[in-house]
Amino acid sequence: MSQPLLALRDLHVTFSTRRGLVEAVRGVTLCLDEGETLGLVGESGSGKSVTGFAITRLLDTAGRITAGQIVFRGQDITKLSSGDCRGLHGAAMAMIFQNPRAALNPIRGIGDQIADAIQAHRRMPREQARAEALDLLRAVQIRDPEKRLSAYPHELSGGMCQRVMIAMAVSCNPALLIADEPTTGLDVTTQKVVMDLLSGIAAERGMATILITHDLGLAARYCRRVVVMEQGRLVEEAEPKQLFRAPRHPYTRRLVAASPTATSRIADLAADDGDAQVIPMPAAPRPPRPPGTPPLLDVLKLGKRFDAGAAAVAEFSMSIGAGESVGLVGESGSGKSTTSRMICRLIDPSEGEISFEGQSIGDIPAREFHRSAFRKDIQIVFQDPNESLNPRFTAFDCIAHPLLRLSGMRAGDALGHRVGECAQRVGLPADLLSRFPHQLSGGQKARVGIARAIACGPRLLILDEPTAALDVSVQAVVLQLLDRLRREDDLAVLLVSHDLNVVRMMCDRTIVMRTGRIVEQGESRALFANPQTDYTRELVEAVPHIESGPVASSASA
Amino acid sequence: MTSATLRHAGWILRGNPLTGVAAAGIFFLTFVAIFGSWLVPYDPIVSDVAHSLMPPSAAHLAGTDQLGRDVFSRLVVAARLDLAIAVSAVGISFALGAVIGAVCGYTGGRLDRAVGRFVDVLMAFPLFVLAMAMVAALGNRIENIIIATAIINLPFYIRFARAEVNVRRNLGWVEAARACGDSHLSVVLRFLLPNVMPAMAVQMSLNLGWAILNAAGLSFIGLGVKPPTPEWGIMVAEGARFISTGKWWLVACPGLALMLTVLCFNLLGDGVRDILDPRMRT
Repeated sequence: MSQPLLALRDLHVTFSTRRGLVEAVRGVTLCLDEGETLGLVGESGSGKSVTGFAITRLLDTAGRITAGQIVFRGQDITKLSSGDCRGLHGAAMAMIFQNPRAALNPIRGIGDQIADAIQAHRRMPREQARAEALDLLRAVQIRDPEKRLSAYPHELSGGMCQRVMIAMAVSCNPALLIADEPTTGLDVTTQKVVMDLLSGIAAERGMATILITHDLGLAARYCRRVVVMEQGRLVEEAEPKQLFRAPRHPYTRRLVAASPTATSRIADLAADDGDAQVIPMPAAPRPPRPPGTPPLLDVLKLGKRFDAGAAAVAEFSMSIGAGESVGLVGESGSGKSTTSRMICRLIDPSEGEISFEGQSIGDIPAREFHRSAFRKDIQIVFQDPNESLNPRFTAFDCIAHPLLRLSGMRAGDALGHRVGECAQRVGLPADLLSRFPHQLSGGQKARVGIARAIACGPRLLILDEPTAALDVSVQAVVLQLLDRLRREDDLAVLLVSHDLNVVRMMCDRTIVMRTGRIVEQGESRALFANPQTDYTRELVEAVPHIESGPVASSASA
Repeated sequence: MTSATLRHAGWILRGNPLTGVAAAGIFFLTFVAIFGSWLVPYDPIVSDVAHSLMPPSAAHLAGTDQLGRDVFSRLVVAARLDLAIAVSAVGISFALGAVIGAVCGYTGGRLDRAVGRFVDVLMAFPLFVLAMAMVAALGNRIENIIIATAIINLPFYIRFARAEVNVRRNLGWVEAARACGDSHLSVVLRFLLPNVMPAMAVQMSLNLGWAILNAAGLSFIGLGVKPPTPEWGIMVAEGARFISTGKWWLVACPGLALMLTVLCFNLLGDGVRDILDPRMRT
C-alpha cells in the first residue's frame, strides 16, 4: 500500500456555544487502509461521533475544523468547498446513522429513496435506478424485495429500516463507510443480524469501515483494530484482543473493567467514581421465611389487550418473594414493559390477578391506585433518565415528590433531611439537589430517579431498563448501587431489560418473554449457561462479548 | 434563584434586544393604564366647543376633536379600558382553553374527539363576525365584548394545549408522577400544564395584541364601547369622518397607539418563552 485511504492528522474540531468555544476533538491522528475495519470506541462526550461527522464534513454549523488535516485518497478534504463535498458523499464515503427511522424520509417509498441516492451520483434512467434498488434490497436480505420496494419506512421494523439505510449507503460503492452507532436501539438479535450483514457487505465490496460505538463488545466482535477516545483525545489503539486483555491506558482499563462479560459479577465491575463507596458486603444468607407466608408478589394468568387487537401479554404468571430479584428479558414488542406497568399498577390488566402480600391489588383500577396503601410499596425506576424527570422540578423536588404525596410529609426540615438522606444513599452530592434535570449528567439523573423510587421505602422495586441510556462506566456504578440498595433494604426487584449480561448479574431468577408469553424461566446462571429453548439460545448467542474476539467477516450469513 | 432568573433574563435580552424594547413599552403602557387618568391635563369627557378640531399644539399635544375634547388625554385614559378588555379576554380563554385542551390531550378518546369537532365548528365561522353576532345578541356592554373576544380565542388555546400535552403524556416523568401517588387530574394540572406554559406564553402575548385590535374593531363598527367613553377604536371611528377635511390627528394618534401596543405584545412573545423555560438556562 502506497498511502492509506484515510488519514487524520492532528484533527481539532471546535464548537461555539453559549459558554464560549468548546473543543470537542483535540488532536486526533489515525489512519485507515482500503478495506480495513476500524472501531472508534468511547463514551458520550468523547468526541467519537464528532470525528465521524468531521470526516464526512457533515458537522452542524456551530462546529468547525480548527486545525489538522483529513487526507482522503491523498487529498486534504478540510479545504474542499461544500459543492465538492457533495460529490464526495455517497460516491466515495457514506454514513449510516444512529436512528434509521429518523434518517429515512417518512413520506417516500424506500425504493424511491434508494433510487434517489443512486441517481444523485450516477446518470441513469429511473427504471434502471429502481432495478438497482431492487438488487440492493436483495443484497441486504430484505424478504419480498419486490413488494418492499414501494413500502414506506413506518411499515418496516427498526432492523429493516437500518438495512435500507445500509442499502442506500452502499448504493454507489463508496470506498469508506462510517457507521455511527448503527445498532443502538435495536434488539440484540437484530443487532447481530444487522452487524453481520454490514460487515459481510463491506468485506464483499472491499469497503473500509469505521464503526463508531460505545459498546466494547460490539467493536471487539466486528473490528480488526480499535481506537479508544476520551474527551476528544485518542488514548489507545490496538487490536481488540490485546486491547481488552491488556489495556495500557488507565481510561481503557476502567472502560474494560466496567463492561460486563459472560461471567462477571456485580462486584467485578470496577467502580468508576472516586468516592470509594463500600461495595457489596457478602450477601448474608437470607433467613428462611416461615412456610405458608404468601410471596410478596403473586401474578396469575395476567393478560392485556389494547383496543381489541392481538394480546400484548397473555397467560403471564409469576411470583416474587421478599428480597428476591427477578429479571424479565425479551425483545422489543415482547410485552415486558406492558407487564411491568401492569404490576406497577400504572395500567389496568385485561384479565388475570395480581396480589401483593396475599391481598388482591389487580382489581383496583389504575386510576384509583394512587390512593391505595400499596402505592408506596411498589415503585418504579424508568428507562431513560433524560425523560423521567420533570423538567420544571429541581432534583430536590423530584425526590421530595413521593414523600409529600405518599409518606404524608410536609415541607420543612424533616423533609429536607429525608431528601438529603436519600440523595446520600444513591451517592448524589447534596449541592446538586438545587439543580434542574438539564443541568445534571445522565448518571446523576439516573441517581435522582433511583432516589425518588426508594424515598418512601418500597418493598418491590420495578426497574425498567434502568441503564439502557447510560455509558458503561456509569452503568457499572448504577448497577452496583441498585444491588447494594437491594441488599440493604431487602428489596424485591423486578428488572426489565434486554441486556442479558445485566440481568444475569443482577437477578436470582430470569423470565424470558416472547410475543407476550413466557417461553422459559429459571435460575439465571443456569438459564444462560444452558438455555432450554431455541429462542433463549439465540438471545444469549447474540450478545457480543469482549472476549469473543473478531469474527471473520466473510463467515457471516 | 431569583438572581439566576434575572441573570438569565439579562442573557436573553442581550441576545434579543427587541424583547427589552417591547418589555419597556409594555411596562410604560401598564403604568399609563393604571395612573393615566390622574395625570392627564384635561378631562377626557368634558367638551369645549370653542376649541374644537384644533391641530396638535403645545396646549393640546394631539389636538382636539369635534367636541373640543383633548385627544391626548382621551388616548391616555383609553389605555386602561383597552388593556383591561384584552387582558381579561385573553385570561379567560387561556384559563379555559389550557385546562380543556390539556385534559383532552391527556385522556384522548371520545372526549377528545367531541371537543375537537366542537373546536372545528367554532373555527369554521369568520371569527370577527362571530364576535359581532355575540355582542349584538348579548348586548352592547363591556362584559359582553370580553366574553365574545374570549370565546373566539378559545379554539386556539384548546388546540395548542392539546397538542403540547399530547406529545408529553407518555414521557417517563408523567408515569413517574403517577407512581409517586398523583391522580390523573393532578398530573395534568400540576405537571403537564406548567410544562406547556412557556410555549403558551408566546401564544398569549401574540393574542393580547390581537384582542386589543378585536375590541377596537368592534367599537369601530359601533358594537363595542359606547361614546363618550374614550376608547381607541371609537376614536378612530369618530375621527374617520373628518379625515377628508384634513383633520389627520383624529385618526392617526389613536391608530398609532393601537399599532405600537400590538407591536410591543408581538415582539415580547418569543422573549417571554425563553425567559420562562428553565431548559433555556445553562
